[in-house]
Amino acid sequence: MASLSKPGTPRFDVDVFQNEYLAQGSREVNAIVTVTATGGGTSGGRPLGAAAGTDAAVVLVIDCSGSMEHPNTKMRHAREATAAAIDTLRDGVAFAVVAGTHEAVDVFPGNGRLAVVDQYTRGHAKEALRRLKPSGGTAIGTWISKARQLFDSRPQASIRHAVLLTDGRNEHEKPADLQRALDAATGAFTADCRGVGTDWDVAELRKISSALLGTVDIVAEPSGLAEAFRAMMADAMDKQVADVALRVWTPANAQVKFVKQVAPAVEDLTARRAAAGPRAGDYPTGSWGDESRDYHVCVEVPAAAVGNEMLAARVSLVLPQPDGTAEVLGQGLVRAVWTDDLASSTRINSQVAHYTGQAELAESIRDGMEAHRAGDLDRATAKLGAAVRLAHAGGNEGTLKLLQKVVDVVDAREGTVRFRKNVSEADSMTLETRSTKTVRVKK
Amino acid sequence: MPQQTECPTCAEPLGPQDAFCGACGTALTGPPTLRDLPVVPSCPNCGSTELADGWCQGCGHAQPRARDHQEREVTGVAAVSDRGLRHHRNEDAFGVATAEAPDGTPAVVAVVCDGVSSSARPDEASATAVTAATDSLLAALQAGRDPGQAMREAIGAANRAVTALAHDGTPAEPGRHNNAPACTYVSAVSAAGLVTIGWVGDTRAYWIPDDRESAEPYRLTEDDSWAARMVAARLMDEAEAYADPRAHAITGWLGADAEDLDPHTVSFTPHVPGVLLICTDGLWNYAEAATDLAFFVRADARTEPLAAARALVGFAVERGGHDNITVAVLPIDPPVAAAAHDATLLDVPLPRAAEEDATVPLRRAAEPAAN
Repeated sequence: MASLSKPGTPRFDVDVFQNEYLAQGSREVNAIVTVTATGGGTSGGRPLGAAAGTDAAVVLVIDCSGSMEHPNTKMRHAREATAAAIDTLRDGVAFAVVAGTHEAVDVFPGNGRLAVVDQYTRGHAKEALRRLKPSGGTAIGTWISKARQLFDSRPQASIRHAVLLTDGRNEHEKPADLQRALDAATGAFTADCRGVGTDWDVAELRKISSALLGTVDIVAEPSGLAEAFRAMMADAMDKQVADVALRVWTPANAQVKFVKQVAPAVEDLTARRAAAGPRAGDYPTGSWGDESRDYHVCVEVPAAAVGNEMLAARVSLVLPQPDGTAEVLGQGLVRAVWTDDLASSTRINSQVAHYTGQAELAESIRDGMEAHRAGDLDRATAKLGAAVRLAHAGGNEGTLKLLQKVVDVVDAREGTVRFRKNVSEADSMTLETRSTKTVRVKK
Repeated sequence: MPQQTECPTCAEPLGPQDAFCGACGTALTGPPTLRDLPVVPSCPNCGSTELADGWCQGCGHAQPRARDHQEREVTGVAAVSDRGLRHHRNEDAFGVATAEAPDGTPAVVAVVCDGVSSSARPDEASATAVTAATDSLLAALQAGRDPGQAMREAIGAANRAVTALAHDGTPAEPGRHNNAPACTYVSAVSAAGLVTIGWVGDTRAYWIPDDRESAEPYRLTEDDSWAARMVAARLMDEAEAYADPRAHAITGWLGADAEDLDPHTVSFTPHVPGVLLICTDGLWNYAEAATDLAFFVRADARTEPLAAARALVGFAVERGGHDNITVAVLPIDPPVAAAAHDATLLDVPLPRAAEEDATVPLRRAAEPAAN
């Protein structure tokens, strides 16, 4: 465990769980790296916004496409949810509200900039919500670009977070347009995405939330929107430090096979590596409050003779500085030790085993639902059967319950299942959206 | 090659064009000398000089640690410890020291411990035991206590210290050995012509006389091991017991898990010159019988104990270095007039096999060799 942070910023503790013993000739090193940030916000009683004043900025992006009035409660609940979010914002936070259709309009404050929360702006903003009127199409790329422009107007804000609500697919622009907007926004701000109803595309929204290092979830019933918005805002207000990167150093001739966040949800970061000096790469993790996340790091190192010990990876949490250097917030070491003791080298670390299973669970659900949409019921049944077995073995009760709404479980341990008749769209989308959520290993 | 400013041989100041030293004639165009090369620590695996907190920043290999190879010599005893070739760290530890009794009699103390690799933090266990035992022995001897009494106190102190490691609040590392820290133990005190040995586990002591023709080398300890138990209980013969995969499982150790700690002590008065060896199984695994081991003990071991200890460690490394290797060599020079001490079993080399209730479990090492 190592923690190197200064007072004033949260403290990052890094714990590494692994079996460092490798048999002769073995090269693959697996480790679970648990990062725990503490020391500000909720536990220190010193919310960052209060201390740093205008350091945080929030943009609320609300889908106002024509479909939002079918049923018409959707728009009403979206307005109420936005009002609830505004009420949850702390004084001093910069904010704006964007109405998204085939174009994006900042309905509040409306001058292409952000307003600062106080009792007056709160009231004015809520009045402006009346201008959220359903009409037009859906071009999410334009919404994201608008949010980015708004954040750009306030460069001093270090925590920049958006909430994006949609009820449909990105129908009124090309996928490439969305991709361009996402590429430009990546790293500029983070975003949580929510899909209301069941007419939106899980994969599309997940792509956006992944790129913007946020969460994705379904709000099947519009009446649940207010609570969902309040919760997202509360989380955002807890964030104390932004743009934290997971830096992985590996020795010469070693290769990072993958870096995945595995808790609280599975998120593959492997492709998001940015070079950071010799043999090191940075993986973005976004902003942190008082929270704990787990990462699975898999490295292939050059084999060494029995009796050798090697540093397979140095994993640190870093805060890049404007001058190009990086402040190290915490660090953990992943080791490799070659031994001829089979009892040591064949043992599988329980954390590694657990999260390998949880990642496979998420993948099985995704594959199973895809097969189901493609009409391949055999494959879908096999995949969801595997998912039931993995959820049962890993103690993931939440996911198991979601699975049970889609399949009848005959034998959870063996993964024997039958597809249910008349599965509701909401249930299958809920399962798919929440499939990446993991549970921690029982310690 | 950097520009030399003085002759590497005689330190005569040199001009920039000099090909030879004008004073002593040394050629200055040869290979660089030590004097030319800056002494920068570099990685033994890849040669990189970028090292950080014990690791190479290039190839990632662990850099040599202080415990990997250690040597110490004080008057009357020398010891060497080495990681060997197959273990990634040295879990053996040793201590050597001298003391003086209140009446001025000098005493030599050596302690060797071997961390049990199936326990947690075995390297800490052995180091802790060595420190506790050495301190205890020195204090007892300086207070004038009898070496046998001092030895029993030292084993008790070492056991308490290792036991305390299990309760020091260090969290158990998940997925690792969670047995309490543990180690084996052997120590020797040589004072006024009397040698006293104490041990727990399978670390051993051997007596190797200078003249191996007329006096026989002996093993002085009886292992707390599965094989030794089987033989003692006459359930198996020695060959059969040592061929069993369980042979080397130890039945005695220091640490919180040790039930009914049964420290063994033995004293004897050598009447011929020789050396006393105390060592870990990393050495004796390659030459178990005392007569076999004696073959690898230098003839001048008594006068060159450090060289003898190095040679023994070198022998074990050459044979494969499968385990950590530690040996302490205590030269024994019996005074012409032997100290007043009752003759011990070893002074009277009678076969002891028939006696089952022997409280001092000695065995003639010249009996049929194990394995």
